[in-house]
Amino acid sequence: MFRPDRLTCCDVPRHIGRKRVTANDATRIVLVLAAAGLLSGCGDTYSWGWHVISPSLARGRGNIAFLLSGIGYTVAVALCAIIISVMLGLVVALPGLSSNRVARTLSRSYVEFLRSVPMLVMVLWVYYGLPLILNISLDVFTSGVIALALCDSAFEAEIFRAGIQSIDRGQHEAADGLGLGYLDKMRFIVLPQAIRRVLPPLGNQFVYMLKTSSLLSVIGLTELTRRANELVVTEYRPLEIYSFLILEYLALILVAAAMVRWLERRMAVAEQTTAPRSNL
Amino acid sequence: MAIGSEAPVMVDVQGVSKWFGAFQVLKDISFRVKLGEKMIVCGPSGSGKSTMIRCLNRLERHDSGRIIVDGIELADNLRDLAAVRRDVGMVFQQFNLFPHMTVLDNLTLAPMRLRRLSRADAEELAMQLLKRVDIADQARKYPAQLSGGQQQRVAIARALCMKPKILLFDEPTSALDPEMIGEVLEVMIGLAREGMTMICVTHEMGFARQVADQMVFMDRGEIVEAAQPDEFFAAPRSARARLFLSRILSH
Repeated sequence: MFRPDRLTCCDVPRHIGRKRVTANDATRIVLVLAAAGLLSGCGDTYSWGWHVISPSLARGRGNIAFLLSGIGYTVAVALCAIIISVMLGLVVALPGLSSNRVARTLSRSYVEFLRSVPMLVMVLWVYYGLPLILNISLDVFTSGVIALALCDSAFEAEIFRAGIQSIDRGQHEAADGLGLGYLDKMRFIVLPQAIRRVLPPLGNQFVYMLKTSSLLSVIGLTELTRRANELVVTEYRPLEIYSFLILEYLALILVAAAMVRWLERRMAVAEQTTAPRSNL
Repeated sequence: MAIGSEAPVMVDVQGVSKWFGAFQVLKDISFRVKLGEKMIVCGPSGSGKSTMIRCLNRLERHDSGRIIVDGIELADNLRDLAAVRRDVGMVFQQFNLFPHMTVLDNLTLAPMRLRRLSRADAEELAMQLLKRVDIADQARKYPAQLSGGQQQRVAIARALCMKPKILLFDEPTSALDPEMIGEVLEVMIGLAREGMTMICVTHEMGFARQVADQMVFMDRGEIVEAAQPDEFFAAPRSARARLFLSRILSH
């Protein structure tokens, strides 16, 4: 039988030593070592019960499928929330940069207020409170998206503000000098450059969003964490199940990070001065 | 290049002053530039010449006095401002090309957005202008792939894309390596010969001698001397202009 609890340092794949060790290999080694430490670090008193999620048992396979079934909601809620929050953040950031004092104050207040609300509190308030004010019913998914998007938008606004402010004044002047209006200037000149620059922090926010979506388990959205909670109640194996949950998030976030890096590479243009010189 | 007295006035500056906080950068500036005329502005750094030229398309606001460009007074009216900016092209010291766009896109953006040209028409116009500044073969490259001189020539072509009636140059060769200054000045001389109305802040006195209809010398925010180029270079009236000229011509 497969016994991952017997895994030790010796199980680190040996071929790694032969080729050039890249950053990716290093990451992999650290991950394997961490997993080994996690699994072997418990004393003799605990008797492991990995069989609850063992792929070689029918029951284990069923449990794994159950745990993984939360992934759809986790990804969907994080994606919807980040899209809304990025748009909201942009809408809040722009007046924050205007010369109009009222617009600046409004933007500033929005950011200060929303970033002081704890995410969990926002989740509870939107799910239990907002329907009473608006006299509508909100399902858990919609409330979850709204709560995450609202909280995150304050941070997105700050990211956009920093990105837009980092664009050289000469770019504004060149656009103004050509006669481009404010919207054209933002759309074609300033934002395309600003967004390239803030892509790393935006990616970071998305990773954070994937993780904080676990808070939605408290209002009953059947995402990854909720699924794990539900299984713990029937299997009484919190250590094994939550360890599995950690690995689920790890896998998700590695994929997300790889996608963000791919996007960064794709959007990188000859803007850098390291670009090849022309045939002079 | 004598300009007839009947030529219309394109830029009329009357008693313009400007303050940065308590510091007065422009003191009661007045001058006129007629259609087809070339005015060259020189003076030591910090004399306010850049601020002055940037007031002409309202990249800076003046605090008092009047600026009338092609019959439109510059004030807070946004529609007037847009009209003036369409008619006034500007070339900057630091080129200020859009680094995320190809050379061609740098040129076609404004005509497509503001003159509603189709992409095909805008690209045809852009290629004509790129040929004129002798850089058509670089159309598909990004600005960072070009030399400084090439970038500045692209910037001139970009300003020309809006078919401006007036071109403003703010120290167009000051950020260039010496061997690239010539190629940019050549393009500017070409434009001058074709009758473009130009106001140019520069220290290139050889160029000034060649194209200027009027020379303006600024120091500490005021116009110290305005004269015909022959007079100005042969015998500047003011001591400050003499000192300035002796310094930059002796090098």
